[in-house]
Amino acid sequence: MSIAADPQTRTVALIGNPNTGKSTVFGALSGVQQRVGNYPGVTVEKKTGRMTVDGKRWTLIDLPGTYSLAPRSLDEMVAVDVMLGRRPDTPKPDVILCIVDANNLERNLYLVSQVLELGRPTVVALTMTDLAEERGTTLDLSKLRDRLGVPIVPIRAHKRIGLDALKTALAETATQEQPSSAPESPFPEPFQAEVARIEGWLADARPGLPPLPRYLVERLLLDTNGYLEGHVALKNGNVEGLHAEILASRQRLAEAGCPVPAVEAMARYGWAATMLDEVVTRPDEPRVTSGDRVDRVLTHRVWGTLIFVAVMAMIFQAVFTWAIPLMDLIDAGVGGLATLVEGVMAEGALRSLIIDGVIAGVGGVIVFLPQIFILFFFLGILEDCGYLARAAYLMDRLMTRLGLSGKSFIPLLSSFACAIPGVMATRVIEDRRDRMTTILVAPLMSCSARLPVYTLLIAAFIPPVALAGFVSLQAITMVAMYAVGVITAAGVAWALKKTAFKGPTPPFVMELPAYKWPSPRVVLHRMFERGWSFIRRAGTIIFAVSIVMWALLYFPRLPESTEAAFTQQIAALEAQREAAAETEAAEEIDAQIAAVEARADGEQKRSSLLGRAGRVIEPVVRPLGWDWRIGAAAIASFPAREVVVATLGVIFDIGSDVEGEEGASRLQVALREAEHRDGRPLFTIPVALSVMVFFALCAQCVSTLAVIRRETNSWGWPLFCFAYMTILAYIAAMLVYQVGTWIAA
Amino acid sequence: MSRRLSELSLGESATVTQVDATGDVGLRALEMGVIPGTVVKLVAIAPLGDPLVFELRGYRLSLRRSEAAAIEVASLV
Repeated sequence: MSIAADPQTRTVALIGNPNTGKSTVFGALSGVQQRVGNYPGVTVEKKTGRMTVDGKRWTLIDLPGTYSLAPRSLDEMVAVDVMLGRRPDTPKPDVILCIVDANNLERNLYLVSQVLELGRPTVVALTMTDLAEERGTTLDLSKLRDRLGVPIVPIRAHKRIGLDALKTALAETATQEQPSSAPESPFPEPFQAEVARIEGWLADARPGLPPLPRYLVERLLLDTNGYLEGHVALKNGNVEGLHAEILASRQRLAEAGCPVPAVEAMARYGWAATMLDEVVTRPDEPRVTSGDRVDRVLTHRVWGTLIFVAVMAMIFQAVFTWAIPLMDLIDAGVGGLATLVEGVMAEGALRSLIIDGVIAGVGGVIVFLPQIFILFFFLGILEDCGYLARAAYLMDRLMTRLGLSGKSFIPLLSSFACAIPGVMATRVIEDRRDRMTTILVAPLMSCSARLPVYTLLIAAFIPPVALAGFVSLQAITMVAMYAVGVITAAGVAWALKKTAFKGPTPPFVMELPAYKWPSPRVVLHRMFERGWSFIRRAGTIIFAVSIVMWALLYFPRLPESTEAAFTQQIAALEAQREAAAETEAAEEIDAQIAAVEARADGEQKRSSLLGRAGRVIEPVVRPLGWDWRIGAAAIASFPAREVVVATLGVIFDIGSDVEGEEGASRLQVALREAEHRDGRPLFTIPVALSVMVFFALCAQCVSTLAVIRRETNSWGWPLFCFAYMTILAYIAAMLVYQVGTWIAA
Repeated sequence: MSRRLSELSLGESATVTQVDATGDVGLRALEMGVIPGTVVKLVAIAPLGDPLVFELRGYRLSLRRSEAAAIEVASLV
């Protein structure tokens, strides 16, 4: 989805440090008109919005929050390329809007200094001025404006103060041509000389090619990891000898007392200090803000830990209990819709497709919306007030034992509700290896879709006895299922970090942002944005897969003779019912009719393509203690594991209506009574455990795999994830069954 | 006498004298404003003893002990 280069449309790119309120500014300027996608080839989010200034249309491009504009990887290159207009899929911005936190001016000016060097028209928006006031800081803005040579607009985006002034400044700056004079370089003279030398060398080595922007030449010298060098070499052929040239320059700089890369920080922070001299006045005794006092408690060894555990427990509780009434409501709504359709449509393939395929399939997924909204509501509050960084800080030590970092904690916690938001939440992890590992283990966390499977099988097969007098065996089994996922995830994360994502531990250099009151606008916006993207992405795929699965269960139809036999039986019973005088007798016959209908349905399912597939794979699932019916249910639930309970219901002749107390218990009875062909009971405790363990570990969720594809921008990783989880699930289920049977014998 | 940033006691401030910029940690620390001459104060230690929270330039920065060890500091007189 490239943005058309409309000459009437102006473009502004937003950049800024993390935690400066950049998203709030983006949201306040663009309102609801936003689009989110991915830049092709990289995992950076491509977020654009629209706004109107004086009747002119503007496109806003939101760039990832960053402390420094140093392209050290493909992902980091995106921001620089967008601002310099070097990306063919994105129009060159008319203005760069730099979001700056008034409380951290020195550090924020580091990035501003890099942006100014790009030589593009720039506007600075100053946020969090209210907090600066609370701290007793005063700013001489006109002095700073003069020194930086760009407009500076103080704004309070969540209260919509200063937005008009900001729009005016953007409009005025956009009409200006390139800044008349390039800003003075903060770098010392020897460095500038070396940059000029490399520029000259490149001009000779790449005749006919446009000169590399000066900013990128500086980066060539500064970035010792060589990414940019490789990039230039790749794009421009004849630059052999560039590396030797750069090494020689670095050598001379080290001798001149400007070692690379330290020279950049020294130069830029020196420059920032000059800019801020006599601009910022702070009180002699720093005022302790309410946020500082809160932080003393929240980062305290004892209190901080207790509060952290309490907050996490509360979120968990909220996701699982508060959501229930809403989920029941959605469930009832979906059921009502199905009944409605059943009433108005004639029986046949189309009605079956709509009810059993579309409504049941999509309904099974949107039922998780309340959990997703509640989770994102709380995460939004925690994120906006600045607590998420504390959570990462508190959990870092534990997570490093697995080779991950504290930043992986929240995404993994989210995955207990649903892996989709969990995978989306990994965006806070900058290190690619850490992020990939977290994405790949997130689906192992027992999400809420596994809960119905656990509940059904535990209630049916785990005896309700108490161990040691007070701990229920059923509760222990439930906890054990969650533990299986967590322990496996720990093992897989550890293994991935030792193999595919081997490398030095990424640094944990993380800002703990100042506390502030969360803005309801931002929290609600984030909640709806993520909820909506869940509906859109998950919904479309579930929609498609539901139809396919429906077809596999619907075709081929039973031979007409079989069908006719069932129809005859039903007709006979209906005639009896007509004749029945007593209500009791009529009810009895109704039940018989339902049983025949369920049997006909079951017969159909068994001879369907899916039923046949179940028989084909029977030898494969036999070591797990399963028969073709469980195997077919497992196949049917590959697109979404919550389908399994309904499928079991269909296959075991209960009919797909297993929702509600009565249906569930009927299914439990049917499962208990199910037998192998030789008359042995099908389900034993080891079989039930093997089914549960399989569902605890397998990757039966197409939506999750689709989100993994989107977030990693590759088909390889979702395939890998699916493969390793299925293999693990199979092996673990087999172990459980074989060992369980051996113990029982 | 030169010490490491990781050796500060809770509540203690010191001046950065040198940052080992050969690794990723040093580079990130430099970008975040941990440069020679900066006054840094240790304000919190995580429950499990790691990571640490420092205050500098009016904001809070969390570093692991191993990372703080790459930064040399001099005690304030």
